[in-house]
Amino acid sequence: MKIKLALIAAVLTAGSAFAASEADYKAAYAAAEAANAEAGKLRNQWIPTATALAAAKKAGDAGDFDKAIAEAKEAEALAKASIYQSISEKKLWKDLEIR
Amino acid sequence: MASTIRVRATSNGEITEVQALIQHPMDSGFVKDAKGEIIPPHFIQQLTFEYDGKPVFLADWGGGISKDPYVKFAFKGGKKGDDLKVSWTDNKGASDSTTAKIG
Amino acid sequence: MMKQRSLIRFGFSALALAALALASPAGAADKIDPVADAKAFKKFFYDKFPKLKPEDFVNGPYSMDEGLHKQWVEKEQFPPYEFAVEEGKEMFAKPFKNGKTYADCFPNQGIGIRQNYPLFDDKQGKVITLELALNQCREANGEAPYSYVRGEMASLTAYMAFTSRGKPMDIKIPDDPRALAAYEQGKEYFYTRRGQLNFSCATCHVQSPGERVRTEVLAPALGIMNAMPIYRSEWNSMGTTSRRLVTCNSQTRGVPLTPQDDEYRNVEYYLSYVANGLPISGPGARP
Repeated sequence: MKIKLALIAAVLTAGSAFAASEADYKAAYAAAEAANAEAGKLRNQWIPTATALAAAKKAGDAGDFDKAIAEAKEAEALAKASIYQSISEKKLWKDLEIR
Repeated sequence: MASTIRVRATSNGEITEVQALIQHPMDSGFVKDAKGEIIPPHFIQQLTFEYDGKPVFLADWGGGISKDPYVKFAFKGGKKGDDLKVSWTDNKGASDSTTAKIG
Repeated sequence: MMKQRSLIRFGFSALALAALALASPAGAADKIDPVADAKAFKKFFYDKFPKLKPEDFVNGPYSMDEGLHKQWVEKEQFPPYEFAVEEGKEMFAKPFKNGKTYADCFPNQGIGIRQNYPLFDDKQGKVITLELALNQCREANGEAPYSYVRGEMASLTAYMAFTSRGKPMDIKIPDDPRALAAYEQGKEYFYTRRGQLNFSCATCHVQSPGERVRTEVLAPALGIMNAMPIYRSEWNSMGTTSRRLVTCNSQTRGVPLTPQDDEYRNVEYYLSYVANGLPISGPGARP
């Protein structure tokens, strides 16, 4: 229940009236890029991460920082999911192996 | 350059079965390349199989035919050892022909 | 966004739990044993498809579906890869600028040797695929390497496979820790899930061969390398092993690696080894 409330709070804040700044966008983009670079080191980048990053950059260049931040966060979430996948698969792959 | 046409014709005494494979890009003119530019139309317009001086199979083709087209048909008559002539011309004026022995 | 991330996380942990629950209790020792692997691999497929003969597996989806099989028999009379074989033959015979040819780079003049690739080269300390060997040959003779995914490389390998048709796959793993490590890495790559769709190679080619992904019938992993390179009607052209692997990655929404990266060469090594004894059927034609 607590988690749910926190999530709703988070969603509400994200949708609040403050217009996002360029600095916020740059920070969000850098975080997403860093996560994707880490996925790259694990040899497991996802295509949608790259797509979201490109969309973030495009919106950022056009000055639409709300959209740019949303896309950057999406990219970061995807990149983190790919990292999670890589790390858990280090053990899990053996479950699929034919023995 | 080797021929663009592969053909095999076999007769069972009454009917000759013919199969052919032709190497051709068959660009329809509606497809774009990686740079987004239209690949100009380039396709075979007429394909002819002649036996004993007479056409036994004639096809008027357009851009809707696939790349490297394959054709199979049969005609009455045709004797083992006789010649079967195959030829095509495309929309750029290029052509090729070959002659196969019926087996 | 947080919500989304948690959802993804949740999805993965649920999956991980499910996988754990399904995991067999057999905690087999982690010794690398290619011979036992290959035996188990073959047995899995032979048991899954009891009607098929071992040599049928090298024809991929055509062994899995009766309708497709009929089409294939017809198609093989005038196979679409024929032009590539012919082009490859001409290219293979044509000397480089320095007068040497491909034949000078390979044992037995390059004829009938496809079944020995990939091989482990102890001087370079890595797995050498036929595609890599061809480009190394070009570079050693002062020629620019070819693209790994199509065109000339596909024609050359098509010709070389054609001269080896019917010969049993014969991959050797020398008693060298580096070779065993490469084999093991290839195996790990094969079973590791990746991409947003969370697929491993095995998801399609071990768990679901013979079943459909959209209109395609999935090929069994056993013998899948024996048919390379392939003419795919879907591509309207020839494709190499590299092209196949790159496409597999992007289809699961993963960013593909660079052709002939370690992982790709090693997974080819693994898959070829476990298919030892099955005949070379390449170049193949696939829908």
